[in-house]
Amino acid sequence: MDPILTKYVREPNSYTLDFFLKHQGYDGLRKALAMKPGEVTDLVKASGLRGRGGAGFPTGLKWQFVLKDTPLPKYICCNADESEPGTFKDHVLMERNPHLLFEGCLIGCWAIGAKVAYIYIRGEFYHVQKLMEAELAKAYAQGYVGKNILGTGFDCDIVIHRGAGAYEAGEETALIESLEGKRAQPRIKPPFPAVSGLYNCPTAVNNVETLCNLPSILLNGVEWFTSFGPEKNGGPKLYCVSGHVKKPGVYEAGMKTTLRDLIYNYAGGPFDGRKIKAVIPGGSSVPILLDDQLDIPASFDDVAKAGSMLGSAGIIVMDDTTCMVWAAKNLLYFYKHESCGKCTPCREGGDWLYKILTRIDNGEGDLQDIDLLVSIGNNIAGKTLCAFGDAAATPALTTVKHFRAEFEAHIREGRCTVPAPWRASKAPVGAH
Amino acid sequence: MSFHPLMVYDRQHFQKSERDVVEDGPAFTFTPERRAELDEIVTKYPADQKRSAILAALYLVQDQVGHLTGNGMRHVAEILDMTPAEVEDVASYYVMFYREPVGKYVLQVCRTLSCALMGAERVTEALSEKLGLKVGETDKSGMFTLLEFECLGACDRAPIVMVNNEHWHEKVKPEDVGTLVDDIKAKGEKVFTGCHLDIER
Repeated sequence: MDPILTKYVREPNSYTLDFFLKHQGYDGLRKALAMKPGEVTDLVKASGLRGRGGAGFPTGLKWQFVLKDTPLPKYICCNADESEPGTFKDHVLMERNPHLLFEGCLIGCWAIGAKVAYIYIRGEFYHVQKLMEAELAKAYAQGYVGKNILGTGFDCDIVIHRGAGAYEAGEETALIESLEGKRAQPRIKPPFPAVSGLYNCPTAVNNVETLCNLPSILLNGVEWFTSFGPEKNGGPKLYCVSGHVKKPGVYEAGMKTTLRDLIYNYAGGPFDGRKIKAVIPGGSSVPILLDDQLDIPASFDDVAKAGSMLGSAGIIVMDDTTCMVWAAKNLLYFYKHESCGKCTPCREGGDWLYKILTRIDNGEGDLQDIDLLVSIGNNIAGKTLCAFGDAAATPALTTVKHFRAEFEAHIREGRCTVPAPWRASKAPVGAH
Repeated sequence: MSFHPLMVYDRQHFQKSERDVVEDGPAFTFTPERRAELDEIVTKYPADQKRSAILAALYLVQDQVGHLTGNGMRHVAEILDMTPAEVEDVASYYVMFYREPVGKYVLQVCRTLSCALMGAERVTEALSEKLGLKVGETDKSGMFTLLEFECLGACDRAPIVMVNNEHWHEKVKPEDVGTLVDDIKAKGEKVFTGCHLDIER
């Protein structure tokens, strides 16, 4: 399949308004504005577009839930807080094709009846934000954003909001809290954002890649969009392959493509002489798959059937030099550091998991520590307000499940049994 | 949205903390340019939602002073109609705000899985050795601070060293960091490479 979203990203000046306008830029918006908002929602619903942020929830349905008869303003919040470890697709789209995102935001606003779209971009993407703001100013000047868009009388503003370093801000209600000027901590659901979101108004929170898919759906229709993938998994999809592969990067493919194809052909496969030990298929929060589980289509449904999740499509490959105790420890440090602290199981449990994993990695563990990991993990997962708890428990649970023997070897021999040359002799301590 | 059926958790009913934020750092008011910038940002949000501009305001304080001081936070509270405690509450949550003085150049090594698989631990080790600093420390001259950072979202270009919350140095090898540090010492900001995707450069 030829790339659609990333077709022009390697071409010089592809991020500029002029370039965009020469390649069907804002044509999807033009088409949307000629339709009734409800018709746009119906079209997106019929296309089966599923949210690209992680959950894979149908976008059209999400929009349909947004309250219609209300005096309150409505909002689109674009989740550009891309911070799931292993995920780096939205960065490319925003840096090389920002107008596609603006167009998607405007189509979304038209469909749900919003007058403002907030793009919540993570603070570390400041170099991208500066570029986007310059391009947004051009779009305002030429009447693609702002008052009376394309002469249709539709008014819509786009605001780029800079975050300040919080993984949790990628959760939709935490993102809303952060936008409201508070700590990025999740809210109790229900009410869902579609009923009471930003400033307690009806809000749709959509991922960057999701919104970027809208213009081409408008232009090419439902049949075209669904033709790319298995049933209910239509459209082009961006995959981020990183870790122990020869050509890490963002690759665009239909969801019929197998994980093996993505890793071996698109990303060049493992380094010479190495074998794949484990693959995380959808960002660090999802269970690992082993080498013999990779011959499945990389779609939301097929990966779920295999016992994992496509999530944000951040595929992290680990070869046979990787110690799985160390890998779990590395991720648990992340989760303990990023836990927002609102729910006790996640706040305390993450810390405990990290301490126990560190103990085992240092060769100071005890055989009962392994069951303790599982017990703590099971007491975090599903017991928190947001999915963070499940995500934090996963690295520990999934590595124990598949590599219990490796944990036992660490404990028996009193040392790390899989030391890798790329690790530091003594691991440096912690982020701030 | 309520934790208890008798309590209403909307904006007016929130318990406001009386806790004060200690005055520290030099007396603080925004420079006129920064104040104008903040006033402009505030207009992007609904008139009764000034508070949404708090992250932007805190970035401006950090830009002016180098880190967030008590006085800076108190000033932000005044402008955005918040209590100082509310500002501190937000400021202490986000990792890109420094609550203590940092060096002129803050080097942050991404430590999460994809970067770690490609040798980020050894990059941190090499930087630590070169600078004579442990992670979290600032050197005596106030030139460098060494920190680790969680996933920056550039895993295909691992490992990453981010300088001053903005500039990315990609695919850094442990043997390269000596040159990186020496270059920054000698030429300052000119050596920041930024993002490699930027293909027009």
